[in-house]
Amino acid sequence: METEIHRDDLASKTGMWLFLFTEMLLFGGLFIVYSVYRLRNPTAFHFAAQELSVTIGTINTIILLISSAMIAMSITALQEKNKKLCLTFIGITIILGLAFLVNKYFEWAGHIREHIYPGSPVLALRGQGDVLFYGLYFFMTGLHALHIIIGLVFIGVITARIMNDKINSENFVLLENSGLYWHLVDLIWIFLFPLFYLIT
Amino acid sequence: MIVMENTEHENSHIIPYRTFLIILVILIVLALTSVALTQIYLGTLTVALALIIAVIKSSLVLRYFMHLKFESRMFTIGVVSVALLISSVIIITFLDYLYR
Repeated sequence: METEIHRDDLASKTGMWLFLFTEMLLFGGLFIVYSVYRLRNPTAFHFAAQELSVTIGTINTIILLISSAMIAMSITALQEKNKKLCLTFIGITIILGLAFLVNKYFEWAGHIREHIYPGSPVLALRGQGDVLFYGLYFFMTGLHALHIIIGLVFIGVITARIMNDKINSENFVLLENSGLYWHLVDLIWIFLFPLFYLIT
Repeated sequence: MIVMENTEHENSHIIPYRTFLIILVILIVLALTSVALTQIYLGTLTVALALIIAVIKSSLVLRYFMHLKFESRMFTIGVVSVALLISSVIIITFLDYLYR
């Protein structure tokens, strides 16, 4: 008896890309909100943005760029049937993703210690512009961090499947899709970083 | 017996590690450049420069890390359409806020 397993890699990648398009539109909408509020509160945004640490932002940018390169290289390793190297690259990606979150934790903890968080009475006293800047900062970097967490879980599931050879050099579209998701998270950060940390 | 049927075999393209490492170095250099440029005062030019560098970085990520250069054109058209949609909404919104 023959069991036929139908597989269409192009279709699963198309599905992933369609989902990524909706993610781009979600963050695109938030970027529009940010730019309009910036236009209306230029001074408040200017001074608030100067309070963010460019150093932590830069470190996190480099962490995400390296992790993106790592997951991209894991696909090459799997295609070359080097499972061990593939898992090493994925392991580095996960560690870097966690490092990003740890940095983010210290950054947020620093703001909260200074009583800067959405709904804070101290922040409210500083005026509407600051409330808008930090509201958007916490929401957008928080949504981005949530995407990092989802990406890490996704990559974790993929790691287990590579270990038991369900994902292999012949069938790795799921690894490619998790990579695409991870690169999207990187892509969003490429815009978040200059908008919040660099442009003052 | 299990017969695997795969309607698409375009997955066979293997991108060498070197390509990814070169792109990674370029991306880090661009990131540091945008940090350096925004630390010196250039007025409104700062915003333009930071955004231009972000666009260059994202196109590198899309083309190489996300394999767009080697995939079906359909995906590239999709990404460009989304980018055009977002930028046209930004332009229309700003026209409204600046000239109402």
